[in-house]
Amino acid sequence: MRKQKELIGLLALRVSILFAVISFLAILIFISIKGFKVLNIGFLLEVPKDGMTKGGIFPAIIGTLYLSIGTVIFALPLGVLSAIYLIEYAKHKGLTKTIRIGVDALAGVPSVVFGLFGLAVFVKLFNFGVSILSGALTLGIMILPVIIKASEEAILAVPKEFKEASFAVGATKWQTITKIVFPTALPGIITGTILGIGRAAGETAPILFTAVTFYQRLLPHSILDEVMALPYHIYALMTEGTASEYQVPIAYGTAVVLLGLVMSINFIAILIRIRGRRAKKW
Amino acid sequence: MKKNFIERLLPIFALLTWVFLFGIMLILFIEGTPIFKSVPIFRFIFGRHWYPVHEPPEFGILPLICGSLMVTVGALIIAIPFGLGCAIYLSEIANRAVREVVKPFIEMLAGVPSVVYGFFGMVLLAPMIQKIFHLSIGLTAFTASVILGVMALPTVASIAEDAISSVPKALREASFALGANQWETITRVVVPAAKSGIFAAIILGIGRAIGETMTVLMIAGCCAVITPNFFKPVRPMTATIAAEMGEAPMGSMHYHALFAIGLVLFLITIGLSLIAERFKER
Repeated sequence: MRKQKELIGLLALRVSILFAVISFLAILIFISIKGFKVLNIGFLLEVPKDGMTKGGIFPAIIGTLYLSIGTVIFALPLGVLSAIYLIEYAKHKGLTKTIRIGVDALAGVPSVVFGLFGLAVFVKLFNFGVSILSGALTLGIMILPVIIKASEEAILAVPKEFKEASFAVGATKWQTITKIVFPTALPGIITGTILGIGRAAGETAPILFTAVTFYQRLLPHSILDEVMALPYHIYALMTEGTASEYQVPIAYGTAVVLLGLVMSINFIAILIRIRGRRAKKW
Repeated sequence: MKKNFIERLLPIFALLTWVFLFGIMLILFIEGTPIFKSVPIFRFIFGRHWYPVHEPPEFGILPLICGSLMVTVGALIIAIPFGLGCAIYLSEIANRAVREVVKPFIEMLAGVPSVVYGFFGMVLLAPMIQKIFHLSIGLTAFTASVILGVMALPTVASIAEDAISSVPKALREASFALGANQWETITRVVVPAAKSGIFAAIILGIGRAIGETMTVLMIAGCCAVITPNFFKPVRPMTATIAAEMGEAPMGSMHYHALFAIGLVLFLITIGLSLIAERFKER
């Protein structure tokens, strides 16, 4: 009886893990099979044609690239500096705890709420309009918690002896942080940043009212131009327009590009983490 | 010790997350509350009709709240058992090699962009559900629940795994020494010991499901109606904001009403984050 209960229980746990793995593979394989049929060099490098029924997705790829770069330029320094303060400078325990609660709370805010904030502040109040700048700032606030947490972990993992050695040869605290702590923590910070980019590249709701447009013939010229973006392109192809028999295949193609992009970003981050764990000599 | 310019600025960077949190709340408040001048707050929240473009318009968000609750509850029915199953499996059963292979799958599942989940739901799951249950339309609360459940699974799994794997080894050994088998040890010793962390995981899973936008926008269907039937279309709060903000004229009642929904969402998710924080502390 006890034995049977155990067998059933452990089986249920295996079923759970299988469910997760199969769900992921089902999405990956289904979208890859359908998507690779329409994927070719032209699809990647051409602009959309004939009211989104033909042509490629080049402007959407470029748009997502610009948005991701902008997001990182904004969020990375803020995130790393916050983490440095939290780990190396903040002495008051209550203060660090309060800041950490804020970080967790910000991480839990729904993505569409960031979109509302971006619309009211960056698009309207600061008058940046619907643009790469507004979108990148909105996404940057959204991924800030990801970068802070990853950087904190990375900085915390730097051995105390490294710092003590640096102080012992007469370096100041700031010199120790910039010359010893930061370089040592860099792989961890990069991993966190890569994960943040993956998140930013795949998000739709925050850029819906702040950065994207359905169709654009020319590539953006400045950070105040609106852009096409891969995730929004999928949504728009599925919900707007009338020629769904032509639009759905393009959506498959776009989905495989986006999924491929985000999955390789995640995969690289996981690899760096595993390698970092193995390579550490201290 | 003398501090340089950047060192002096560090606390400001660290406090930025709170600045953003307050900024978001302030903006939602400023842009959202004007609706309460024309629609009393009680009627806004408990009104049964959401007809924003009718003449005269009606702004009752009860159907939207019900829509959000339905898909969230549905998602939890999948995410809690499977997520906890994955967490227990990874922490208690899998050996190192298996864990290093399986865990990235769960992380990748978390990394799939929500628009790709929505797309997958639209092209594959919705038609399947329509056929199996003989429905007139496959975009239903049930469809959205299934996909949201898979999306919330990694959140529940990763936080619960942290909690479960931090249960001291001595507790397990004591349990085995008393003659308990592995299943009894898991259900009567390990899980109860990790209880508060598991609650935190579930609460953050709720937050993930209730705040998700693109998936429900694409597959929950169209209609802001109150229905107990999971095989009917519903319209959650997030989807309403994302779908209607583009058409709401700036400064109109509709515009303010959408920000007020954002405020409701924000307060719910912040509340959930703070509750999770309390559980994590224990």
